[in-house]
Amino acid sequence: MTISRRKFLGWLGAAGLGTTVGSSARAAAKGEFSGFPDSFGVLHDTSLCIGCRLCEKACNEVNELPKPDRPFDDLQVLEERRRTSAGNYTVVNKYGTPANGTPPIFRKNQCNHCLEPACASACFVRAFTKTPKGPVTYDASVCVGCRYCMIACPFEIPTYEYDEALSPRIQKCTLCAPRLEKGLLPGCVDICPTEALSFGIRENLLKIARERIRKFPDRYVPHIYGEHEMGGTSWLYLSTEPFNEIGLREDLGTTPAPTLTAGALGSVPVIVGLWPVLLTGIYAISKRKDKIAAEEQAGAVALAAEQARAESKAELDKALEQAKKEQEAMVKMAVKKALEEAEEKQKAEAEGDAGDSGPSEETDKA
Amino acid sequence: MSNEGTTAGKFQMTPFNMVAGVIVILGVIVTILRFTGGLGAVTNLTDYNPWGIWIGFDLLVGVALSAGGFVTSAAVYIFGLKKYHSAVRPAILTAFLGYALVVLALHYDVGRPWRLPYPFIVQQGTSSVLFEVGACVALYLTVLFIEWSPTAMEWLGLKKIRGIVIKLTLLLTIFGVILSTLHQSSLGALFLIAPSKLHPLWYSKYIPIYFFVSAVIAGLSMVIFESTLSHRYFHDKMDETHLAESRGVTLGFGKAAAYTLAGYFLLKVIGVAADNDWHYLATGYGAWFLVELLGFIALPCFVYAVGVREKNTTLIRWAAAWTVLGIILNRFNISLIAFNYHLPASERYFPHWMEVVISVFIVTLGLVLFRFIATRMPIFYEAAGYDDAH
Ligand code: SF4
Ligand code: SF4
Ligand code: SF4
Repeated sequence: MTISRRKFLGWLGAAGLGTTVGSSARAAAKGEFSGFPDSFGVLHDTSLCIGCRLCEKACNEVNELPKPDRPFDDLQVLEERRRTSAGNYTVVNKYGTPANGTPPIFRKNQCNHCLEPACASACFVRAFTKTPKGPVTYDASVCVGCRYCMIACPFEIPTYEYDEALSPRIQKCTLCAPRLEKGLLPGCVDICPTEALSFGIRENLLKIARERIRKFPDRYVPHIYGEHEMGGTSWLYLSTEPFNEIGLREDLGTTPAPTLTAGALGSVPVIVGLWPVLLTGIYAISKRKDKIAAEEQAGAVALAAEQARAESKAELDKALEQAKKEQEAMVKMAVKKALEEAEEKQKAEAEGDAGDSGPSEETDKA
Repeated sequence: MSNEGTTAGKFQMTPFNMVAGVIVILGVIVTILRFTGGLGAVTNLTDYNPWGIWIGFDLLVGVALSAGGFVTSAAVYIFGLKKYHSAVRPAILTAFLGYALVVLALHYDVGRPWRLPYPFIVQQGTSSVLFEVGACVALYLTVLFIEWSPTAMEWLGLKKIRGIVIKLTLLLTIFGVILSTLHQSSLGALFLIAPSKLHPLWYSKYIPIYFFVSAVIAGLSMVIFESTLSHRYFHDKMDETHLAESRGVTLGFGKAAAYTLAGYFLLKVIGVAADNDWHYLATGYGAWFLVELLGFIALPCFVYAVGVREKNTTLIRWAAAWTVLGIILNRFNISLIAFNYHLPASERYFPHWMEVVISVFIVTLGLVLFRFIATRMPIFYEAAGYDDAH
């Protein structure tokens, strides 16, 4: 089932490779998206993988990656669980314990080229692009190096050049996009000595995979990993053991990554639209409350002043009254005195004596 | 900057200056290592753990603890709680320095810091939550700068332009609230994309709401906490109004914090119920979750409430400090401790001491700058001749 060169070139035509239109991962966030039609993928049948690491070697060569510490024909490295790293876009891992008698299973790991990639949706400078042909490509010329794509990728694929001081890049499998352009197979697929890796149009690969499961129901787990995981991936897997035993998580669900954050992003216009209105409203209310309070205060002050005035007026009136009374009393007294004195004078005159005129002065003053 | 004594101008060998000096020297050395050897030379970051304490502490905690700015100015200028007016300036200054240092810290963390404007000027990744965070933080830093600028203008005697800026107060405050709502919650939303990596007890679709509500709590608590420290170190700088209002600020903000914490606690429980995560509570992570929920949310809520009821400001201050710790714990849990919970211990992250040096260095820069400004500019008092409501 290895795809021959000629057949492959035929597909290139079918997929219209001449027109490479990049598209942001979110172009399809609205509505259902089941991948670009006729996009390519790779089917990895782990039951056929012999763990020879030739794919690792080919990948290293076609991508001109640095020479590894241990040569590719050293199969001892399979004893450790490895992951992709800055100098290594793909690794083959060995799973299964020899203890229970079953032969080990080998699985090649690399970017799965998701149909709606988490990495692309997470990147705030759109460094990743899901191309219509299948590869998720990366553009180092815009990457800021925030590493949010690494947080986002559910398959823990993107790696970072931690030792680069000034120009660190994200590194990951490219699905050999540059080779596809030239009509070549991905390096790893090309070299694979068994049929563990098959390249082709994803739809066709799904058919092939289903066919294998139908033909050998005893051999395969009846599930094509990557058909729906995280909204589907371009890289597909078949296995003879449950997928989480060969390092593929079964709890990822089928929700495409962009959907996970769509709700939060969708609330932005709501906040931007509602807050100013609400806040201005609250401001107006508090302002009005202040105004009413101020008015009430002013009113209270006026009232108090009025009362004070009234009170003081009453007091003044009383005082005037008092003064008047006192004055009258005094006048009366003076008059009385004067009259008495006059009487006495008359009496004295009558008796021939001279009188005192003092009290009459006092009467004037009053 | 480190050689500023409490008495302006002259260098003094106070313990603060000596410790700050040592930290600054170490910080400069690690900075050189970082920009010559790359992240690998000074951090324990790996491909499994791309974010360490420079994100978990410097970014997430830094932004949360700087929320006092928008909380206080909203309370005073929008809700009309004028009695808290004297708390605005210290809060705005704390927030402004906080955000400025967050942005500085990001320059250490990202691979090519000079490209930080790229998402806005070269190619907009609008599908990214991080884009929203970046845009809002950048805008809000600008808003905070303008909000803070009258302080400097009073100091420099630029009366006219200050008058213009003061007129913008309400507009800036509303702007600040919108931007804060957006990015405080978005910092939580960053983790929505990784349901398979964050422990289910912490992963929730409510996480943006948790981040926003806890940021309000952090803001309220930081105002109290910061005022506690300021009273100890800048008492002589405070005018009558500031001193007189301070008790009211502590009581009022404490009350608000108690209510918000109670709401936050309920939301957290609702989150566990909504995802039906009860069974996780019996696990180790469950126990840790309960430590956070009961020890760092319910407990400070209770202490705040008692403090407010008994008008015990000392108790409220303790509650504030404890709450701040709780917020730090929460951000650490989400970004570091409960993140990558599925990985074997050997693949987990623990910060390199040089990462800690940079974080401490940046906090120290903040303290030194705060002191520099608070000892010179009208932060804790009204500048003479500017007694209008600002
Ligand atoms: S596997 Fe990871 S890096 Fe590859 S496309 Fe999907 S999300 Fe991106
Ligand atoms: S590290 Fe680069 S590619 Fe990854 S999200 Fe950040 S800017 Fe995008
Ligand atoms: S497709 Fe290319 S880049 Fe990807 S693993 Fe294969 S050889 Fe490497």
